[in-house]
Amino acid sequence: MDPDNNQVSNPEIDNLIEKNYEYGFTTDIESETIAPGLNEDVIRLISKKKGEPQFLLDWRLKAFRHWSKLKEPAWGQLNIEKINYQDISYFSAPKLENAPKSLDEVDPKLLETYDKLGIPLHERAKLAGVAVDAVFDSVSVATTFKKKLLEAGVIFSSFSEAVKDHPELIKKYLGKVVPYRDNYFAALNAAVFTDGSFVYIPKGVRCPMELSTYFRINEANTGQFERTLIVADEGSHVSYLEGCTAPMRDENQLHAAVVELVALDDAEIKYSTVQNWYPGDEEGKGGIYNFVTKRGDCRGKNSKISWTQIETGSSVTWKYPSCLLRGDNSIGEFYSIALSNHHQQADTGTKMIHLGKNTKSKIISKGISAKKAQNTYRGLVTIAKNANHSRNYTQCDSLLIGDKCGAHTFPSIGVNNSSSILEHEATTSKISDDQLFYCIQRGINEEDAIGLIISGFCKEVLNELPMEFAVEARALLQVNLEGAVG
Amino acid sequence: MSAKKTLLSIENLDASIGDKNIIKNLNLKIHYGETHAIMGPNGSGKSTLAKALAGHPDCKITKGTIHFKNIDLLTLPVEERSNEGLFLGFQYPIEIPGLSNSVFLKAAINAKNKYQKLNDVSATDFIKELKQKADMMGINQSFLSRGVNEGYSGGEKKRNEILQMLMLKPTLSVLDETDSGLDIDSMKIVSKGINSMLGEDTSSIVITHYERLLKYIKPDVVHVFHNGRIIKSGDYMLARELEEKGYEWLTNE
Repeated sequence: MDPDNNQVSNPEIDNLIEKNYEYGFTTDIESETIAPGLNEDVIRLISKKKGEPQFLLDWRLKAFRHWSKLKEPAWGQLNIEKINYQDISYFSAPKLENAPKSLDEVDPKLLETYDKLGIPLHERAKLAGVAVDAVFDSVSVATTFKKKLLEAGVIFSSFSEAVKDHPELIKKYLGKVVPYRDNYFAALNAAVFTDGSFVYIPKGVRCPMELSTYFRINEANTGQFERTLIVADEGSHVSYLEGCTAPMRDENQLHAAVVELVALDDAEIKYSTVQNWYPGDEEGKGGIYNFVTKRGDCRGKNSKISWTQIETGSSVTWKYPSCLLRGDNSIGEFYSIALSNHHQQADTGTKMIHLGKNTKSKIISKGISAKKAQNTYRGLVTIAKNANHSRNYTQCDSLLIGDKCGAHTFPSIGVNNSSSILEHEATTSKISDDQLFYCIQRGINEEDAIGLIISGFCKEVLNELPMEFAVEARALLQVNLEGAVG
Repeated sequence: MSAKKTLLSIENLDASIGDKNIIKNLNLKIHYGETHAIMGPNGSGKSTLAKALAGHPDCKITKGTIHFKNIDLLTLPVEERSNEGLFLGFQYPIEIPGLSNSVFLKAAINAKNKYQKLNDVSATDFIKELKQKADMMGINQSFLSRGVNEGYSGGEKKRNEILQMLMLKPTLSVLDETDSGLDIDSMKIVSKGINSMLGEDTSSIVITHYERLLKYIKPDVVHVFHNGRIIKSGDYMLARELEEKGYEWLTNE
């Protein structure tokens, strides 16, 4: 744009740029944090602190022994500083005099923290149709609407509570979709995971409200290793959303989560993520390393699992939410927006493994890179020998802003069945000066114009988000692109 | 009758694209309520004038002044020129895939309202007005939720430009070859749209090669551009004369 024109100051834009990452504050709360380092004693300590049954400790130890033999994966299109796993503290919990029995007893400082993040932990809140589980560092601090959900038979609780209250369900499903042997970070998570959310929807129940978990890293030098398990029994339906934020710190912090979904016959799980971990500063200092394993098992006939993700945060994202399409006629979907600005690196995509007959999968990936960011789509579609008449549709679109960023696409396809059909489309485009001028001539300022063009580019994915979050996601995309042009 | 108020005043303007000086010492005054047609051969500087008015980054003003509503237009950034009431109808409207026409227009209207310290337009009022004006422009309702100009035919794009103009209600519309590529039916619809905007408080500059659009719009003044300057001005009869004789009798003088 004409530099003379742009220098006319626009306080609105200045403000927006100032508050680039508005969740960067820390909460001053006394925490119980164990000393950094990782060995079997630390794992025993975590398990003891959480009062876990023996089977869980044994599983953790097996995972740890396996992890100790592994090497970090190096195949990602990522440039990462070496992580010293002995420098991380594996357990940090806000110190509470007594465990809160109800929401009214939750530490006001914590309530305030979540308020600042725009997440209501009181049930009369504006997002009254959404039940929230709030995970602060290593532990869940509150879960709303539990009573109302229980009336419908829905179990929604922190993972730790579920271990105590429903050990049989945990034993039956834990590690069955993502075994600890799956990969380096899945093994690490299995050994040291501290909390997360657990959801069980009984047969034939349509979950009466949106469920959501908000993850917050607060302490320095800790990692967050949460584990989420969602089981949708026959004919049930649930929509679940997770959100994540963290303070601004100069050091990189590690987040290695595992999410397992199980959908039985005719069940449907819709899992949405708005990931806004601290992305590091403009020079690439600090930020969260986000190494996540997410997998859904469409175990039953006619089951459906749909992943929607808006990835705007983290300095490094390594994440491939996948679907195992085991049941005949099952459906897997992956809708993704990955936005990387400044020095962020995102290597993300999905795996669709077609095992059952007439299985269908759909992949819509939108990658946006600005400044010096790198954005990679990595996908795998496999059609097994007996997966007759299966179909996959893949669409990968990349949008580049500026000339120093990069977009990469690595789609892999393996087809062992001749009656199946696969389609793949890919585009790469730029926001053109003509598009910007067109919008600005209509009176829309440059920042808003970029936001509009991006939301148009991402439309198919944004449309998949639950209503309450689509607006938030649009705003988030725009805030994260500030200063991307010019 | 009171003296006519000036809306736009261009004095001694030089404008260049790249290193090339296109507009040379241009003078033009437009009063409220007037429609001016600008004609002239290819490369005479007509579109550059449109760019200069809108503040296109490729167009550099090297000399002279432009006053719009008595404001020094050249000090205003592009969006403020628009929000002050200057609309450019693009010769080649731009496609913005996925961004729906109605979302785009609403954003533009709200930007204008904000600039004028007014509230956001109500969703129901907006949709009602949009539907009514889309009907007038022969634009199918289904287009309103489609991407801005995405996959439109040439004629549809031009009608969409006029629809945007009708919704934004500018004080000065600069229409850059809105008639090019239009069949006779579209031409009638487009002129109907333009005529519905004309009034005491609005003015327009219609840039065109042909007299046929002017037949429907009836400009108050017709200017002939050549080598970045106005070489002749007259009334509508000048356009008729140009249609018959071409430009050569003027440019050879």
